[in-house]
Amino acid sequence: MHSLSAFFVGALFGAGLIISGMTDPSKVIGFLDIAGAWDPSLGLVMGGAVIVGLVAFRVARRRTTTFLGGTMGLPAERQVDRRLILGSLVFGIGWGLAGFCPGPALVVFGAGYDKAVVFVIAMLAGMALFEFAERFLDGGTK
Amino acid sequence: MIDWAHFTPWSALAGGLVIGAAAALLLLLNGRIAGISGILGGLFRPMPGDTAWRVAFVVGLLFSPALYGLFARLPGATIEAGYPVLILAGLLVGAGTRYGSGCTSGHGVCGLSRLSLRSFAATAAFMAAGFATVFVIRHLLA
Repeated sequence: MHSLSAFFVGALFGAGLIISGMTDPSKVIGFLDIAGAWDPSLGLVMGGAVIVGLVAFRVARRRTTTFLGGTMGLPAERQVDRRLILGSLVFGIGWGLAGFCPGPALVVFGAGYDKAVVFVIAMLAGMALFEFAERFLDGGTK
Repeated sequence: MIDWAHFTPWSALAGGLVIGAAAALLLLLNGRIAGISGILGGLFRPMPGDTAWRVAFVVGLLFSPALYGLFARLPGATIEAGYPVLILAGLLVGAGTRYGSGCTSGHGVCGLSRLSLRSFAATAAFMAAGFATVFVIRHLLA
């Protein structure tokens, strides 16, 4: 049941990305190019998503179980630390270089673009590198 | 200067609402944050009972262009970056999102929706890095 809902939600999320324009890296870079011919569209994507999200998280906060009877898993972390900022800066550089963030990259991979396939493989390699570093360089604390 | 020719406010807003609806459903049905990098990254640390929904969500994302194509014409994706840049960008996005605990969806959509200070900081950081990277590439190096 949880897998079925996750599949449909994944497909719906992808459809939203396609409708919004996020799956076109040249449009994403047009949004990030504030000093050039700036296309502010993608700000509205985040705005639209957050409007719905605000309602959803208000509902979720009042519940301990989900509508399918599972546990509600909200992040507990509160601290703004070096990892958070450094990681986000590194992510932002990659995002600006290619115009892809993880969700749209997977969708465009699914549409069969060779360049998205290469990006996604590199992204998975980056995640694997992170896991390796966490486990073997950080003393296995995480 | 705003690029009015490429400005698509309505599709951006509509797509954003769909993305928000998908994030709301994953939260209220599965009790999970719709953060793509976190969902993918969790597959590198498999825990019992925690893998199937992640795979199902990712498969849904991958199939979203095919499903979308049944109802409407799939918009194209223009990927200007060459392969070496895509590989570098993919590595940075993969490692950065894991180190910073999230990407555009997890911090940008879900985090802002639950008014998390951490996510506001992360979103500010990756947006700033994205703006700066595009500025360097388009206006300093070009």
